[in-house]
Amino acid sequence: MSTSAQPAQLKASDYKSDTKPVWCPGCGDYHVLLSIAKALAEHGRPPEQVAVVSGIGCSSRIPAYTNCYGFHGVHGRSLALATGLKVARPDLTTIVAGGDGDGFSIGGNHFLHACRRNIDLTYIVMDNRVYGMTKGQPSPTTEPDWDSALSPGGTGLRPFHPLVIALASGANFVARSFSGDVNGSARLIYEAIEHPGFSFIEILSPCVTFRPDEREWKKLAHPAVVEQTDDPARAARRIMTDDGFNTGVLYRGSRKPFQAHTESVEATVTDLEKDFVL
Amino acid sequence: MVSHGPIERPGDHVIAISGSGGAGAITAGSILLDAAAKSGRYGLLTRSVGPQIRGGEAAALVRLSDRPLSCGAEKFDTLIAMDWRNIDRFIAEIPLSQDSTVIADPKAGDIPDAISQSGATVVEIPLQALAAEIDNGRPNMVALGAAAALAGIPSDAIIDVIGKKLEAKGSAVIEAGIASVITGGAAAADAMPCPPAHDGTRDGAERWVISGNEAAGLGAVRGGVRFAAAYPITPATEILEWLAAGLPKLGGTLVQAEDELASINMVIGASFGGTPSLTATSGPGLALMIESLGLATASEVPVVVVDVMRGGPSTGIPTKSEQSDLNIAVYGFHGDAPHVVVAPLSVSDCVFTTSWAVHLAEAMQVPAIVLSDQFLGQARAVIDRPADVAFIGRREIAAQPANDYCRYAVTASGVSPMAIPGTAGGRYTADGLEHSPSGNPSSRGEDHAAQLDKRRNKVDGFDYGSHWADLGGDADAETAVLTWGSTAAAANEAVSATDMPVRLIAMRLLSPPQTDQLAAALAGVKRILIVDQSHSGQFQRYLRAFYDLPGETRSLHRAGPLLFGPSEILQALEEWS
Amino acid sequence: MSGNNPGSGPQSIDSLPELMAHALAIEVEAEANYALLAEQMETHNNPDLAKIFRKLADIEGRHAEALRQQTAAMDLPRLKPWQFKWQGTDSPEALDIGAAHYLMTPWHALSLALEAEQRAHRFFDALAKSATDPEIQAMAAEFAEEEAGHVALVEDLLAKQTEPDENWADDFDPAQLQE
Repeated sequence: MSTSAQPAQLKASDYKSDTKPVWCPGCGDYHVLLSIAKALAEHGRPPEQVAVVSGIGCSSRIPAYTNCYGFHGVHGRSLALATGLKVARPDLTTIVAGGDGDGFSIGGNHFLHACRRNIDLTYIVMDNRVYGMTKGQPSPTTEPDWDSALSPGGTGLRPFHPLVIALASGANFVARSFSGDVNGSARLIYEAIEHPGFSFIEILSPCVTFRPDEREWKKLAHPAVVEQTDDPARAARRIMTDDGFNTGVLYRGSRKPFQAHTESVEATVTDLEKDFVL
Repeated sequence: MVSHGPIERPGDHVIAISGSGGAGAITAGSILLDAAAKSGRYGLLTRSVGPQIRGGEAAALVRLSDRPLSCGAEKFDTLIAMDWRNIDRFIAEIPLSQDSTVIADPKAGDIPDAISQSGATVVEIPLQALAAEIDNGRPNMVALGAAAALAGIPSDAIIDVIGKKLEAKGSAVIEAGIASVITGGAAAADAMPCPPAHDGTRDGAERWVISGNEAAGLGAVRGGVRFAAAYPITPATEILEWLAAGLPKLGGTLVQAEDELASINMVIGASFGGTPSLTATSGPGLALMIESLGLATASEVPVVVVDVMRGGPSTGIPTKSEQSDLNIAVYGFHGDAPHVVVAPLSVSDCVFTTSWAVHLAEAMQVPAIVLSDQFLGQARAVIDRPADVAFIGRREIAAQPANDYCRYAVTASGVSPMAIPGTAGGRYTADGLEHSPSGNPSSRGEDHAAQLDKRRNKVDGFDYGSHWADLGGDADAETAVLTWGSTAAAANEAVSATDMPVRLIAMRLLSPPQTDQLAAALAGVKRILIVDQSHSGQFQRYLRAFYDLPGETRSLHRAGPLLFGPSEILQALEEWS
Repeated sequence: MSGNNPGSGPQSIDSLPELMAHALAIEVEAEANYALLAEQMETHNNPDLAKIFRKLADIEGRHAEALRQQTAAMDLPRLKPWQFKWQGTDSPEALDIGAAHYLMTPWHALSLALEAEQRAHRFFDALAKSATDPEIQAMAAEFAEEEAGHVALVEDLLAKQTEPDENWADDFDPAQLQE
């Protein structure tokens, strides 16, 4: 997707709507919204040529806060919605956004297949390791010993590792960022949009209300020591020693993006009907 | 426009406490309710809040009475407003009149037009200033003190509850809270006449403070549920959180699932293994579960799903109540899949109806859907201790299967004994595929007909007793109010408040339809007012589909979030006579 | 990974237009962040804080406007957000909106503002000390002095505020379900 020269330079504020977010003050998602807006300004297409598709959850409220076309879908199905849109309208820049519960729990199956399909989408998951909208239940990325009413004493389960799953399933661009690094996230989002195929970014985005301990994340997030790679095996080895807070691009591949099956010869319906004639 | 004014119930006192930005209105309302319960009064607490997760505008709506009550208030005696920010969000839910009093903090600024137009008397009490005079004092506790004084709640009850509720915050906060409450009470007494503090009924009967969701959880375990699967969804999550804590104490388990498709299948699996099982969800989740509920029907595995209904369709209005899942619950399965649908009639009835659902599911080896709703689920009510019921789930087990054991044998009742895995001689494969009596898949017409008949007969032929509905009012009246689920509460009060002879039929069992029972209940009726909380009048269409209704019928229906009050029902009746 | 070359700092700002671009970006981002916080406080019923942040946004807005006028004739380089040569990854004066809280007090707001002004001062001060080009050096020194003035201003305002007690974030009410 190449940026086209615009007569007037678009600014980040051009991509934000007037709708005031109801996210709690301190929520990492405010940063992510800023980062997306900055990235889109650099990408340079006017807001009406961008679509933002989401599921259900606090972070899934984001489409209405942008000036782009948006779809606030049902829980966990944003990738399927976005896939349909992208196949029907490959000309649009399509961004998918949501949280860790929406994306990795109920949306887990669609995540696997979107990576596998390698469709040209940018999927941003605002990971706060909790179900925030429903008041604090563990999500697939929650630590095993995090106590909650729904899983007293913690789930005891090994957390889902989104970058591993994305890499293993065939995503073409795999990255992680921290919401507090607004410009760094903006750059990753921009590169993800520009990169063909399925781009996945996990953005660690603290929930100040249900995970106040996550205010510590700004001290824990750090740029990865190792450079990004286009070798999936190297990326896989690297991710084995990931501490969950390495930021940057893990993998930038060159798999061919999804191509819907089309025929070059154009026929009419009447032509097809001829098949039934004996 | 309601021309029939709100119904008067002497002895009732209805208070709203509102505030924003962390003011603690809901906490004040909760303490008020608990204190009322402690002093022998009945009450109901609901809330209305803005879209923010924290710091939003919030109002606690508390209805207190000397008599049991189960529906929300139609008019408010008192509104105590700590501030006026964004009050238009819920002012429609706090109807005031010239008989009402509004206590306002002069620091909060001008009284909004909506308030002054109501004709209510405005009394200024400097809640913030009074709180500031107390170390750690808070305006919401001052407001609570005023509310308690106006409702005549004895201070020992309030002090007791504060001690418990704020225990975790330490003695300084408790002391400050008590001091604030006393100050607020004194300020109210200075500003206007307050009734003497009095107890309600101290008859020694045990009283509970409970929400509909907690009540449903309790009903489940009373009925014998020992496995639950959970996926959070508003407004059902509290049932699951209650079970997450309660089940392990009873030797049971709750597993958090990755989504509703997993939840319902986990529940079916556990039940196949022999354990009565349940999950809870709301409309969108029930929609996901439908295919698997069909599986439970076809494979004859008992399960219970509590659907705490909310505004629909689709994502709808998650935080508000409605009765618009009747259609999907009754008709939503693909194919012909007879199953049970029940609906509790009040917060208290959530205990009975959920345990009854477990009983029915287990007895008939069928899915049972419990149609609760956001109003019941999230209201906190003071109720008399629910009667213990004998409706424990009891499954017909094939304990010693003979050589020719057929899991799906066609029996007289339609219920065939179920072999629990581990039982020698009883092996079978449960299947959603149509099957012969042995359980082997079959596409033969005779098997299909036989099994369809079996599955229909077992639910149609079951003796549901008198629990299919609550009957009230004048049993010989020619006019009847016919409603279901949570709307029963308002209908009850409407019927009690009028001299008009009216029969009340509040249906608890929706599926399978009880045609004979309803016909008997409606014998001699010439006019039926059908009431339900749905935009399309789902209940009227349901009745027309299954029942021959005598006389004329009219349907009073509308979507949420504004629920029907007793006076609206009464007005509809009066307009018709 | 921020996209910055680690180790690059103000010493690699090579031209006056580039310096002015940085100065302008500082004011623009500061204004945007304060305006965002003002909106958040309004939505979450904290009108006192909304007023404070609105005021700070206005001030930054005026700074930005002054800079725009000052640089109207210049051809400022158009840098991508991650190409700026900040000391960290963000504009130094960008208020940490992650530190916001719906119950925050004026003391909190001004403390955050003070930190932001101090960071901005340090940025220009470091540049003034390390720049070799006399024009850049002079301009950076000027900006540093201006920021020092801002720091003093905010320090004064902060001194008038009482530090909140340990219960400032106490909200008895539980979080509310929304979906």
